[in-house]
Amino acid sequence: MSVLRERVTWVWLALVVLTCLTTWGLSQDLFSPAVAVVGNFLIAAVKVRYVMLDFMELRDAPIPVRLVFEAWPFAVAAIILGFWFAAPAV
Amino acid sequence: MGVAASEGVKPKRLPGVEGVWVFIGADSVIFGILFLTFMQDRFKNPALFEASRHTLNMNLGGIDTLILLTSSWSVALAVQAMKRDQIDREPRLLLGGAVTGLMFMVSKSIEYFQKFAHGITPGTNPFYMWYFTLTGIHLAHVLLGTSLLTYLWIRSRRGTYDHLHKAVPESVASFWHLVDLLWIVLFPLLYLMRAA
Repeated sequence: MSVLRERVTWVWLALVVLTCLTTWGLSQDLFSPAVAVVGNFLIAAVKVRYVMLDFMELRDAPIPVRLVFEAWPFAVAAIILGFWFAAPAV
Repeated sequence: MGVAASEGVKPKRLPGVEGVWVFIGADSVIFGILFLTFMQDRFKNPALFEASRHTLNMNLGGIDTLILLTSSWSVALAVQAMKRDQIDREPRLLLGGAVTGLMFMVSKSIEYFQKFAHGITPGTNPFYMWYFTLTGIHLAHVLLGTSLLTYLWIRSRRGTYDHLHKAVPESVASFWHLVDLLWIVLFPLLYLMRAA
């Protein structure tokens, strides 16, 4: 079993790259707060989705279960971003 | 052709025992409610939350994320090894998961001690109350997951797990990935969310 032939390895690599992009790129002052926050939480939702599908193996789960779990990161991101945009500016 | 087509379709299944998925679902809902309540409190005083957020160590938080992602990857590889009866590969992959879990706990302890050394406690203000509560509940999950991975590592050294005996490790792995994905949301929520 070569680690490089495993799908989870490529998923892990993509998650690491996305983490570095959001932590040390998108969160710097180069971007407006709105772009940074929306980008951070959409990327977080995508990362959670891939953890669910490939690490938790929900890709092979019964469709209703998969759909409920896949909805969670996007519902959470929508709630967080909704409150963020509604909050008064500092 | 019908037979060939049906042979190519993987049966739909959830890894591990069903009970662990009920727990994962319930835990996800609870954390969702906690995130919502955090945002409600932030809505009342975004300036305080923004000023307090700046005192958190973003680099350490990012490294914590990389540690947990690597831990999840190692455990996912261990489950793949079990499915293929590659019993000799399992112990070091499970040990990798447990050691990285321990690394996360050490990192979080350093962060807590830095806060306490600066006189910051959960009572300092609402942001820090949320910071210690959310990271504390998550840390309890990490402690439980690391303990379970250590147990799996010890058992795997005796060749306990293979493609027929993987319900327990699959359940623990699913829980461990939950710990990972909760941190993926917690990290930007507490450390990266700039104010408008």
